Amino acid sequence: MTTASYLTTQAPAADTRLPAEWRDFLALTKPRVMTLVVFTGLCGLLAAPVAIHPVIAFTAILCIALGAGAAATLNQWYESDIDALMVRTAQRPLPAGRMDRQSALHFGVGLGVFSVLLMGLAVNVLSAVILTASILFYVVIYTVWLKRRTPQNIVIGGAAGAFPALIGWAAATGRVETLPVLLFALVFLWTPPHFWALALFMKADYAAAGVPMMPVVAGRRATRTQVFLYSLPMAAVAMAPYAMGLAGALYGAVTGALTLLFVALAARVGFSREEDQAAMKPERQLFGFSILYLFVVFGALVADRWLLA
Amino acid sequence: MSLPPLDPQDEIRRRQKSRAVVMALILGALVILFYAISIAKMT
Repeated sequence: MTTASYLTTQAPAADTRLPAEWRDFLALTKPRVMTLVVFTGLCGLLAAPVAIHPVIAFTAILCIALGAGAAATLNQWYESDIDALMVRTAQRPLPAGRMDRQSALHFGVGLGVFSVLLMGLAVNVLSAVILTASILFYVVIYTVWLKRRTPQNIVIGGAAGAFPALIGWAAATGRVETLPVLLFALVFLWTPPHFWALALFMKADYAAAGVPMMPVVAGRRATRTQVFLYSLPMAAVAMAPYAMGLAGALYGAVTGALTLLFVALAARVGFSREEDQAAMKPERQLFGFSILYLFVVFGALVADRWLLA
Repeated sequence: MSLPPLDPQDEIRRRQKSRAVVMALILGALVILFYAISIAKMT
């Protein structure tokens, strides 16, 4: 299906006589998801061993946020048909018919181009190139290509969410080094247990929308095993900065304790045989804890850096 | 007692006005940001 035919055939019945509210444009950027993106980007920037002018630092974080907002908008523009089929996403501006698809497309493309240009002109070219790659990766590789085709969608798509720390570091230093690559790998390996924990107790939603998430295609048992197995290399990568001498004792202690808890929760999910979505407490606990985990681990890295400094 | 029906023209103008206000605030913020970036680059 071409983009043009997709645009015309998949358009929901929006009341296009009314201009969309500005709040709906804001909702397209997924502000809650953006919080984690901004935080990891900020941590990548603050963990870098060089000083950066506060205005340039603010601009870099703003560009990361706008780039993430652009990617989220284009994701919702492309997925409005399946969003309409899932309870969790049916009230988003496009499936709910509060906005026409063309406005969303223009907003997403405009936001993405603006964020990359501003990053390139005000910060540096490397961070703009990585920002471009992250937006294209999320929209083209994950949303358009993988999400509807393979249960491994979020494994590879997870790379898109792993870019902000790398961009933050590149914004500060103009280089890509070992520590930000480890942070990239940490978020990349954290993504499957995080999303599959959600998919386990939202399986019916994904099945209704025809999205081939792992629990839908391979079943809950295989997904649980994968959740546990992915948590092991994630734990190794989380501890690598400390083991390699790139982070200090504070990071080692905090990350060590939280990673043990993460693996324990993943093991509970891994060995659970629960099939009733309402009774999936370990899965909900892992999903909630995984968000806290990433916030605290990245925060510990920055605290460690600043205390050492 | 039922509320009087909402005039579509009033609703369109209300939405246009709120979007114009938000756009003005964003443009104002960008003016300040570009000015600050220029100063930061010069120093």
